[in-house]
Amino acid sequence: MRALSLVRWLRAGRVPESRYSGNSGNSRYSGNSRYSGYSGNSRYSGYSGNSEYSEYSEYSEHRPQGPPQKLSVDVLDHLEHLALVDFRDSEGVERLQKAIQFAEQLQEVNTDGVEPMDSVLEDRCLYLREDDVTEGNCTKELLENAREKVEEYFVAPPGNIPLPKLEERETFLQGS
Amino acid sequence: IAPWIPVVGLEIHAQISSNSKLFSGSQVQFAAPPNSLVSFFDASLPGTLPVLNRRCVEAAVMTGLALNCSINKKSLFDRKHYFYADLPAGYQITQQRVPIAVNGSLSYSLCIDNKMSQMVTKTVRIKQIQLEQDSGKSLHDDTRCQTLVDLNRAGVGLMEVVMEPDMCCGEEAAAAVRELQLILQALGSSQAVMAEGQLRVDANVSVHHPGEPYGVRTEVKNINSIRFLAKAVDYEIQRQIEELENGGTILNETRAFDSKLGCTVPMRDKEGKQDYRFMPEPNLPPLILYDTKSLPANMNHQQVINIDWIHERLPDLPSVKREKLVEQYGILPEHSFTLLNEDGLAEFFESVVKQTQMKPKKVIGWILNDLLSYLKQHSLTVKESPVSSFLLADLLNLLEKKEISSTAAKQVLVELWKGEGKTPLEIVKEQKLELLHDQKELEQICQAVIDGQENEVIMMVLG
Repeated sequence: MRALSLVRWLRAGRVPESRYSGNSGNSRYSGNSRYSGYSGNSRYSGYSGNSEYSEYSEYSEHRPQGPPQKLSVDVLDHLEHLALVDFRDSEGVERLQKAIQFAEQLQEVNTDGVEPMDSVLEDRCLYLREDDVTEGNCTKELLENAREKVEEYFVAPPGNIPLPKLEERETFLQGS
Repeated sequence: IAPWIPVVGLEIHAQISSNSKLFSGSQVQFAAPPNSLVSFFDASLPGTLPVLNRRCVEAAVMTGLALNCSINKKSLFDRKHYFYADLPAGYQITQQRVPIAVNGSLSYSLCIDNKMSQMVTKTVRIKQIQLEQDSGKSLHDDTRCQTLVDLNRAGVGLMEVVMEPDMCCGEEAAAAVRELQLILQALGSSQAVMAEGQLRVDANVSVHHPGEPYGVRTEVKNINSIRFLAKAVDYEIQRQIEELENGGTILNETRAFDSKLGCTVPMRDKEGKQDYRFMPEPNLPPLILYDTKSLPANMNHQQVINIDWIHERLPDLPSVKREKLVEQYGILPEHSFTLLNEDGLAEFFESVVKQTQMKPKKVIGWILNDLLSYLKQHSLTVKESPVSSFLLADLLNLLEKKEISSTAAKQVLVELWKGEGKTPLEIVKEQKLELLHDQKELEQICQAVIDGQENEVIMMVLG
């Protein structure tokens, strides 16, 4: 999952609808799954009572085998730099962890020889617009959004202010 | 000490010449009040979506065809993420995975040893051409520690032309870019004026010893003219060689060219290697182009781009124009090279040829030696020439009819440069520059001279 969409997903706190819904144990994938043979041994069994994560319990049989990949502090720090998010506390990090594990179920599918689909729009026609000037001239409206302006220019800090290094930030990750 | 092989690759961004932007309907114009040419999409306000401009696609196809590329009938759009104040969306829509054109070539000519008479043709491979958005403009106000952002340029269509590192020095890089500029201007796909930021060049430079792998490369930015491009590349090659010969190492960094000092300096604000997190642009389906064979029968004409149709309507490229000039007028290849290199000069030449009986082979001398050198001396463009093609043709006609001598013609030209509105004939009469053809008149004059110098004549006769 892309980090940016991942984090948006985290913030929303919603669980995306899964293609696997309704598939309860009878595995379509048993023949070609890398992870065949896993038994319902669930790390998530403890969560079945927790309503936020109850959707996970349906899919416990489809988790990849083996211990979950621990997200290193470096990776989390890198993500914080790239997407300018703040994982804030261990709950945030755990949610990220679960999201990754949830997404890893996709690895079970054998996609040999299958053309990747990168957009649900792939069969649509890309509409081509005529080269006419139809927009613009709304400086006043646009500048209404600006906290600060100078003579119709937006004002920004001088260049990018790099996110301070891990040691210098007030972030939960420091303690990890 | 083993010889060094410099390797130069170029990344060129050409602003597409169109009325409106790549994905929105706001206007494309160079100088305009700040933030007046900005639509809601350009400002990245929520709820807006990109809508592709047909003209921009056609411009990219034309350019790809002119550079001998394969046009990808299916190309894709991607997002390239990075943070900067002039990129309001936080990403640029570009074509990273499958660009619109790939695997082309560009041929250009160089003079050996600065002698126009020895020209050699070289080729540089074009890796790809992709469509992408331009960013806005940042004006840095260091005194108040702030940046002012103008989004007028944000979203303007760009063609990125990526060249393989087939060049080895500043002269080659400059010649290649000049030829590309002429091609773009001939096609009309970009006006390619570097001074107005319509053509931007970044150079990738590295050096290595023969037989060894390529060295670490640096990227040189902030090159504002073709002349500076040659200087920047040559400086960087020298800098790298000196650094390595002194036992140092080259950092994989971005450097800016300082035109005042004539050197490259490391750019500030560089946060190490960027991770752009490329992802498919979710709001745009693949771009499908057609040719005559694959043209669908029932589609709306306006929604279809036919590569063959565009190919048939490509104008003459500079190389073709040069050949035609040589063939039609019997001038030398290096002459036609200079004619095309100067904006408007070829048209001026042809106009003079039409209006005079003098042979083109002789006219070209007057154009290149007299007219052009004068223009260069006074930093004038052909359009600004005080001597019009009409006046020059008039003068050359007098010369051709043997009414004046060649020396006299040059004198008249000097007078014409003043732009006082006199015709060549008027100047000839004023300065009594007419050639005399009457035998009797000539004898009379000679006799008068001899009569007036009796002593000298006697001396000469006596030996």
